[in-house]
Amino acid sequence: MPEKKAVLMQGNEACVEGAIAAGMRFYAGYPITPSTEIAEQCAVRLPQVGGKFIQMEDELGSMAAVLGASVTGVKAMTATSGPGFSLKQENIGYGCLAEIPCVVVDVQRTGPSTGLPTSPAQGDYMQARWGTHGDHPVIALSPSSVQETYTLIIRAFNLSEKYRTPVIFLMDEIVGHMREGVVLPSPAELIINKRHISYRDGANKQCYFVPEGAYVPAMKPFGQGERYNITGLAHDVSGFPTGSNAVAGDLFTRLMEKIDHNLDDIVRVEEFMLDDADTAVVCFGGTARAAMSAVLEARAAGMKVGMFRPITVWPFPAAQLRARLAGLKRVLMVEHNYGQMLLEVQRVAAEKLPVGFLGRIDGTVISPADILKKLREMEA
Amino acid sequence: MPSELIHKFMRIDHLPHIWCAGCGNGIIMRDVAVALEELIDDPEVNLNRGKVVVVSGIGCSSRAAGYMDFDSIHTTHGRAIAFATGIKLAHPELEVIVLTGDGDCSAIGGNHLIHAARRNIGMTVVTFNNDIYGMTGGQYSPTTPTGDRATTAPYGNIDRPFDIAQLAAGAGASFTARGSAYHARETTELIKQGILHKGFSLIDVYSVCPTYYGRKNHKGSAPEMLQWQKENMIPAARYYAMSEEQKRGKLLIGTLTHTEFPEYTQEYAKLIERAQAKK
Repeated sequence: MPEKKAVLMQGNEACVEGAIAAGMRFYAGYPITPSTEIAEQCAVRLPQVGGKFIQMEDELGSMAAVLGASVTGVKAMTATSGPGFSLKQENIGYGCLAEIPCVVVDVQRTGPSTGLPTSPAQGDYMQARWGTHGDHPVIALSPSSVQETYTLIIRAFNLSEKYRTPVIFLMDEIVGHMREGVVLPSPAELIINKRHISYRDGANKQCYFVPEGAYVPAMKPFGQGERYNITGLAHDVSGFPTGSNAVAGDLFTRLMEKIDHNLDDIVRVEEFMLDDADTAVVCFGGTARAAMSAVLEARAAGMKVGMFRPITVWPFPAAQLRARLAGLKRVLMVEHNYGQMLLEVQRVAAEKLPVGFLGRIDGTVISPADILKKLREMEA
Repeated sequence: MPSELIHKFMRIDHLPHIWCAGCGNGIIMRDVAVALEELIDDPEVNLNRGKVVVVSGIGCSSRAAGYMDFDSIHTTHGRAIAFATGIKLAHPELEVIVLTGDGDCSAIGGNHLIHAARRNIGMTVVTFNNDIYGMTGGQYSPTTPTGDRATTAPYGNIDRPFDIAQLAAGAGASFTARGSAYHARETTELIKQGILHKGFSLIDVYSVCPTYYGRKNHKGSAPEMLQWQKENMIPAARYYAMSEEQKRGKLLIGTLTHTEFPEYTQEYAKLIERAQAKK
């Protein structure tokens, strides 16, 4: 068994290697900057491990093919960026309703429409949560380093399998194209969730049956003689369309609750130098790199600043942030957009303390100096 | 015996179906079931029922997947062939059948149709082609003939229609054929050939929609619409014996193209061998 080893890797590459370590054996995608290296690396690596790569005719088709592969029991992934993420939304919603596990990587770039394809941004934060129609929950994770990309994509697959839902892996151009040293854990160190494929004791023949105390059904993959139905229509426990408002309401509510009632399991944050802090910089993804430098510089200048970083960005870590607010005098939200996670932070802060904002939407990166300047302004 | 077929291959708990009286879709669904039954029962083919996956999109046609007692997935509008591509590539031993409609596969899903045909990935696409969007109440589709009326073509349709089988053939499909609701036996045979074909196959089956297309265009009752198919769609043996003059205005029921190309998932298996040899 290979031991842990140190390598130099790009974020997009770490995403692929981590996914393969998690058991991903199917990738369907369409070329788009700045996520293309993920497709290229999958084309090289998947056949080597007996997996399948396909470059589909468009973004919609690649999302559909990923769901198709997943219903046969194969862990599947796609990757894209802003315009492609918009196109994938319909079938992401299908995966949420039909409860088909998969991972959707969005390496964010700048601006609406075609925007600035090679520049960094975090403007898809709200889209990751609200991009599809109708009410359903979303799990989205966001890494801030190449090392974390590797380990967090494994967690994305684990959560996807456990809760039978697409998981959004919200990268940004900063982390996707960053190269840094990574220590690859040995396979023995990794925790890999397998798909739960049956609750049956012979009594229950309903594929979407969920036992008391559980939140998620356990269907076998296609091709094993079960002969069940999957649909994007509201359905009953047998998997067939229903016209009953009560049955549909129960289904839609269970989908919300399977995430909302398991926040302790799903939500992860990083807290850095917050214990004695009076000011918290809130940030996520690649922005955390500048924020952490700014915190260290601020500390060196005698300011009591710490960092609060959601790793699970959806559901938003409201309870974790709320628990920190008591000791704080102010919060500064730093993100590469016009103020998206800011809305979540303001909701949690509920006007009990000032929430400052530093954002950028021109495709350039926020520097530690920018953050430090803003911190000084807020303290003044 | 039809009743036996229903008990064997339909999910009777989920019948009756939602289709209108006189709709041709039920006949076509039955053709698919008979084709599968004959291949399952044929000792030389020995098709494994548990390995059959029925995939559909959205529209009247696509409700058929849910009625058929196999692993079935009713996907999103236009995306059935793309879902099917993922299923087949992930597990090439599965026998993938796509049930779709003229709008589902040649309008919103047209891109997936032509690219699956080009790749020659092993799946059998059966189109329930009724010249109209029935589920939404009678809007013109890519196969509505020029001049015909629909709720969105109140002054006559000025679009030129697709011939879906020719479209697939033009995109490189290695097996294409045309059937009709009237020609049940011939159509069943064509579906069987499509399933046995190693590669992408498409059988464009003309359905009848008396409720929307027929009524808007004064095509008469369902039997009259089927009678039109009987008179104007000609099985291959007879069609090829006809003179050019006699063929005018008539449509072939039978195989349009049948060629052998390497099948995509088999090629992928070779690619894996190459990648692993190089590693």
